[in-house]
Amino acid sequence: MVRQELRKLATYLFFLAILIIPMLGFRSTSFESQRAFKTLAVFSAILVLNFVVKAFRRGRNTVRAKEKSWVERAGERINQVPRIYTIGGLILLALTFPLIANNYMIDVGITCLIYISLGLGLNIVVGLCGLLDLGYIAFYAVGAYTYSLLNLSLGLSFWAALPIGIILGMICGCIIGYPTLKMRGDYLAIVTLGFGEIVRLVLNNWDSLTAGPNGLFGMKRPALYFPDFTEGGLTWTTYYLKSLPALYYLILIIVIFTIIGVRRLDNSRIGRAWIAIREDETAAELSGVPTIWIKLLAYALGAAFASVAGAFFAAKLSYTNPNFFLFMESCIVLCIVVLGGVGSIPGIIVAGFILIAVPEVFRGLENYRMLAFGAIMTTMMVLKPEGLIPASRRRREIHGSDRHKQEAFDTSEH
Amino acid sequence: MSTKPILELTDIHTYYDNIHALKGISLSIPEGDIACLIGANGAGKSTTLLTISGVQPSEKGEIRFKGEPIQQLRPEQVAEKGVAQAPEGRQIFPRMSTLENLEMGAFLRKDKAAIAEDLEWVFGLFPVLKERTGQLGGTLSGGEQQMLAIGRSLMSRPSLLLLDEPSLGLAPKLVERIFETIFEINKSGTTIFLVEQNAHMALSISATGHVMETGRIVLTDKASALLENDQVRKAYLGE
Repeated sequence: MVRQELRKLATYLFFLAILIIPMLGFRSTSFESQRAFKTLAVFSAILVLNFVVKAFRRGRNTVRAKEKSWVERAGERINQVPRIYTIGGLILLALTFPLIANNYMIDVGITCLIYISLGLGLNIVVGLCGLLDLGYIAFYAVGAYTYSLLNLSLGLSFWAALPIGIILGMICGCIIGYPTLKMRGDYLAIVTLGFGEIVRLVLNNWDSLTAGPNGLFGMKRPALYFPDFTEGGLTWTTYYLKSLPALYYLILIIVIFTIIGVRRLDNSRIGRAWIAIREDETAAELSGVPTIWIKLLAYALGAAFASVAGAFFAAKLSYTNPNFFLFMESCIVLCIVVLGGVGSIPGIIVAGFILIAVPEVFRGLENYRMLAFGAIMTTMMVLKPEGLIPASRRRREIHGSDRHKQEAFDTSEH
Repeated sequence: MSTKPILELTDIHTYYDNIHALKGISLSIPEGDIACLIGANGAGKSTTLLTISGVQPSEKGEIRFKGEPIQQLRPEQVAEKGVAQAPEGRQIFPRMSTLENLEMGAFLRKDKAAIAEDLEWVFGLFPVLKERTGQLGGTLSGGEQQMLAIGRSLMSRPSLLLLDEPSLGLAPKLVERIFETIFEINKSGTTIFLVEQNAHMALSISATGHVMETGRIVLTDKASALLENDQVRKAYLGE
């Protein structure tokens, strides 16, 4: 056993050496011992983690095969507390966060919340309807640019531009949805990937409209309006949400509305139809699900949520450029959905925080922080393939199926 | 029982890209009957059913359901007219519970009381399903999945039920059970069009039978006559 593990370690080290050469450069004149040390540290951390995981799993398999992991026990403990307390506690925590945090932390918090609402939107397309979308960030870009252009050219306020952005996002969702109605799996992934890049390249090259790679700037922030009776008649005082805490509360409200919306969709007739399409499209058609409309609706609604997040993003920064909407962003949003547990709303919220906040924690590792990020993702997928907080449906599928099969076998009369 | 036909196919041609799968199918099914379509693998039996329900639309020809042409309709519109299909290979929703699967069958209906009534009826036909309401469809045994597929298609309260190979991969004893239930469903007033490789079983409960070979119907007769037919006996009954 030990010899086997050692042989594996040697193989890993061999590949590590190959990988490290291009990372450090072939010419060793500028060799920096510190950089090499950091790379080695990250890699050895991964290897050590790997062994810890293995030892942990072996111990668990032999001695306490039936016992639940601490994550599950913690989950059960939380479930015992009445729902209203946990949700109320979380909302209270979210509300008081800006009072105790500094500006940097609030900024990271805002980014987390933006990605959570993106994750929730993508969850409709990927998690519920089962359509793999690798160009989701394009709809985020549509929302951001719609607000920017409407505000800069027509002077429309954030609230007036928001519905227009949502409608445009939904139209874009249908534009990508319609030609891909007959596609599944890999082909769909390729087309959506292409669509995401097309949107970015159009934004990058349409100089006269989007100012190309320079981006657009000078958009007004979202505003609140208060009635004012001082000068005889009724006037409105405009209060622009410029400070970070104010923007934080705005995105928090957007996220809460998104959660409510997605939850209601999830439990509705339409949600049921989405799941049916994901499970078996032919059977869904035969049950009378109008698959064309229901699939387009998934794209359109997913895009609408992304568009809202995009408009907020542009308004918050008061700046936008095409490089905010790289393929990498689509990947991160997809990672949030997968890591959290496909189809699970609490999972996506937790994963959003982990995936956005953790790379911030690793900033000390500089260029290697994405490496650490990758290591965490890989470990997660090995340990909990169904995600952090799996939707009950999915947990049963991955872990519970053996037990059910056994039951089915025991009581089967045939 | 033979009254006016509930379903009429006239010269139906269906293609899968370049493959000419159905080469001019014509048949009619009288209301209230059980009719069956038998034939070898790849003869186009499943395609016939998928063409009727609109999943694999025909290029040419006419399909009339209760006298109304339906060949141009989308699958959900055909389902709305009262045609339900239990697809081949137990295509249930694996990650939905038994109850959710059955509820999906009633997707187009809004009359909750009647749905509950039909649910009880399905549980009466397949008592095993009642014991499995909370279990995921994918974890049911083969026979249970087949029952669930039939039960789901019944939940739309169809006037015509299309069954694709209900005996596929099941133990002989279970096949008998399924066919008894099919007979029972028919007695409650549902016309049934059955596609089967198990020709003996299918013919023994049907009123009429159609024999299919490479995209064409080569023989149509009373089921009892087909059971006696030398050609059929040799090719499909293994005698």
